[in-house]
Amino acid sequence: MRLERRDHVSARWALGAPFVAVAATLLLSSLLVLWAGKPVGQTFSAIALGGFGSVFAWSETLTRATPLILTGLAAALAFRARLFNIGAEGQLYAGAVAAIMVGGLHGGTGFEAPAWLLLPLMLLASALAGAALLLGPALLKAKLQVDEVVTTLLLNFIVLLAVGALLDGPMKDPTSMGWPQSVALQAELELGKLVEQTRLHSGLLLAGAAALGVWVLVRFSVLGFQIRATGANPQAAAFAGVPITRTIVLTAMLSGALAGLAGAIEVAGRTGYVTLDMSPGYGYSGIVVAMLAGLHPLGVVLASVFVAGMLVGADSMSRVVGVPTYIADVIVAASLLNMLVAVMLAQYRPRWR
Amino acid sequence: MTAALTLSNISKRFGALLANDDISLAVQRGEVLGLLGENGAGKSTLVSILFGHYVADSGSIEVFGKPLKSGDPKAALAAGIGMVHQHFALADNLSVLDNVVLGTESMWSLATKRKAAYDHLTLTSANFGLDFSPNTLVGSLSVGQKQRVEIVKALYRGAKLLVLDEPTAVLSPQETEQLFATLQSLTAQGMAIIFISHKLGEVLRVCDRVAVLRAGKLVAQAQVKGNAALDAAQLAQWMVGQSLTVRAPRAAPHGAKASSPNVSLNPSPDAAPAKSLALELRHVHARMSDREKLIDLNLQLFSGCITAIAGVSGNGQLALAQLVCGQLQPSQGEFLLAGQAAPASVGALVAAGVARIPEDRKGTGVIADLSFWENAVSESLPWPASPLARWGLVREAAARAHAAQIVARFDVRGTVQGAGADAPIARLSGGNMQKLVIGRALMPVGGQPVRVVLAHQPIWGLDIGAVQFVQSQLLAARDAGAAVLLISDDLDEIFDMADHVAVMHGGTLTSVRPLAQWSPTSIGLAMAGSHAGPANAPHERTPHESTPQGSKQQESAQPEAASNPEVAHAA
Repeated sequence: MRLERRDHVSARWALGAPFVAVAATLLLSSLLVLWAGKPVGQTFSAIALGGFGSVFAWSETLTRATPLILTGLAAALAFRARLFNIGAEGQLYAGAVAAIMVGGLHGGTGFEAPAWLLLPLMLLASALAGAALLLGPALLKAKLQVDEVVTTLLLNFIVLLAVGALLDGPMKDPTSMGWPQSVALQAELELGKLVEQTRLHSGLLLAGAAALGVWVLVRFSVLGFQIRATGANPQAAAFAGVPITRTIVLTAMLSGALAGLAGAIEVAGRTGYVTLDMSPGYGYSGIVVAMLAGLHPLGVVLASVFVAGMLVGADSMSRVVGVPTYIADVIVAASLLNMLVAVMLAQYRPRWR
Repeated sequence: MTAALTLSNISKRFGALLANDDISLAVQRGEVLGLLGENGAGKSTLVSILFGHYVADSGSIEVFGKPLKSGDPKAALAAGIGMVHQHFALADNLSVLDNVVLGTESMWSLATKRKAAYDHLTLTSANFGLDFSPNTLVGSLSVGQKQRVEIVKALYRGAKLLVLDEPTAVLSPQETEQLFATLQSLTAQGMAIIFISHKLGEVLRVCDRVAVLRAGKLVAQAQVKGNAALDAAQLAQWMVGQSLTVRAPRAAPHGAKASSPNVSLNPSPDAAPAKSLALELRHVHARMSDREKLIDLNLQLFSGCITAIAGVSGNGQLALAQLVCGQLQPSQGEFLLAGQAAPASVGALVAAGVARIPEDRKGTGVIADLSFWENAVSESLPWPASPLARWGLVREAAARAHAAQIVARFDVRGTVQGAGADAPIARLSGGNMQKLVIGRALMPVGGQPVRVVLAHQPIWGLDIGAVQFVQSQLLAARDAGAAVLLISDDLDEIFDMADHVAVMHGGTLTSVRPLAQWSPTSIGLAMAGSHAGPANAPHERTPHESTPQGSKQQESAQPEAASNPEVAHAA
């Protein structure tokens, strides 16, 4: 078998690829459900109801989708420039720690500044922390051709260990009764609820605005052109005069900033402090989200809601049907692999001989 | 005794191109045959057929009296044909022994016969006067030593006929001497060797016989050893041919002026405004990937004049092109535009009126996955004060309008209007892609006048219609007062287009002289880096002396050129 590049990728294929991928994923995961000896239809309907079946389900799904949108945007933007930022997880934690540094209750009070000033400062600090974390790998890639996949991936572990040290040391909450968690965020910095009696907070609006902003950047701006040109063909981009190093570094800063913001918004909207388990791998899931979205910033919103819905739905399904929640991880992971295959088949035609 | 290799009536066609045209050739045992030819003469095709990578359309091959199965690389290896490529196929992190044995043992065999291999390798090396320890790491060897490993690798596999592709291109003079000694000891033991080269001097030194290919045909075979009548000038003439002078004049490139072929061959300087110095390189050195590619280069380009750089590709042309394109900075020396130091950024160069047509249009000229309209303005977008940007956003309507203007004026065909402008440019044909590249270069967004045009192999791979269009655009730019720098390894193109010619070899340029002062022989000699040129070849390299003088000469050369027998032929 060999693959032949299609002259022309039809719009139907390009748009249909994610849906084909998700359908194939559900088909594959139904085999696992059968293996577990449970009814396939009931399992999937329980997942769908648990994720999207009620106001509460929607609120939980959207709460989970909020950080995913931001880490998904971080991956989508960086991948557009062929900068494979696998370090969103670490950047998220760096952002969360920066948020507490600016807005936490240090020594019982914290910075005494009005919330309208402190909140933007806190978001800025977390964005800068995320950006700073990606600066090193980006420079190493641009200047010395060091593989950024390796550097960003391994930085995640360094950051997690460093955060662990902080939570057990200078940032430790003295009232936590020994649990490794940071001091709490000042109450007035917490994000308001969008729906009463739920966890859904206004961070969702921020994430949506970020998606819109990234879309405008990629589609309409000069920098967006430079990012796409650098990703598509660095040699030709350099010929056209695109400053490659500068573009890669700027892309890295923006990508890291988005992932850092995810950390701040989780702290300010949901947890109120930093713990080592505040992110169930949002940084990595962001990569899945970005790929499912075909790196389109607005598609990232939809893909985040899908992935979040699967995770939330699987939780409630496992209580009802009894299939372990890991089925959600399988669905999300398999949908990424299927998406990659579907995108490839959209661009290449297999020929048998 | 049968010949080592007999090629009979080999022909191979790729589409419209006849790459090998009825070639019959024999190589005897104990003989070095030089295979000479320009880029694209058909040498690689012939060797690929010999190795079974291509199947000849017709003809047959016999190796040591036995017919060779066509299209089967394994059969070629088994028949004793060995090849040493210009770029080595060695693993740096393995020892010499491992590299040599690699691929000769079955993947499934459990035991390797290292001891036997070691002895065999030592014996082979000793037999042919190649000395190094089989346990040395290949990565620690010099280029010349690596090449000898490649030779030993071929010998180890029982090669009796060795093909060396441009073997001296990567070697220092001392290593070259060593290679020649090795070749001598190989032939003394009955090996047959095919020595592929551009370098005439080396062919004359090392070969027993020479065969010259031109445009797919075997145009000459001659004894070298003991043939005092054969010199570099004769080889150069065979290699380059006389096609330039007997060819019919080209189809009219631009309007009525072209009705006389003399105009395109020797454009009258008075048609253009007074010549001014548009671009100057002074003692420029430049490095690419840690190798010095330009060495003390001097060049002056005058407005209203096409200066062509001839030469075998790989002699620094890419570095020169990238330098003028703003992608490569000189490590020493000066790059001046109209007397001022040239700006270091691509955007500023474009804004200063440098139009750029790169060699590799698909890989460099356009960004294949981006849309047509974005490619049409790609040179102008990254430029800080671009008229197409406002508040960091692209003025898309203006950009699309500019793309549409290029489509109209430069006759770009294909679905490039309306929604078609959003589709990736990869779908366009090479000719239309090149029209876009040229249109983008010659019709800058800012409306600034084009002062310098760099065209690197602008007609490479284009069909005849597109070739004429591209050439007429370059001539029109010249007539509008631009200084055109045409870099090409196609001598036909150079003789068609150029007013002045310089030849590039080994990172340096000969002096720039009017076209009429060059003959195919003198160009061929200069391309081969031969200093034993004809008496009229000046060797001074000072631009201040040669070029202004050259342009004066060109004016006075008008009547002389008409009486020049070679040019008169064309007319």
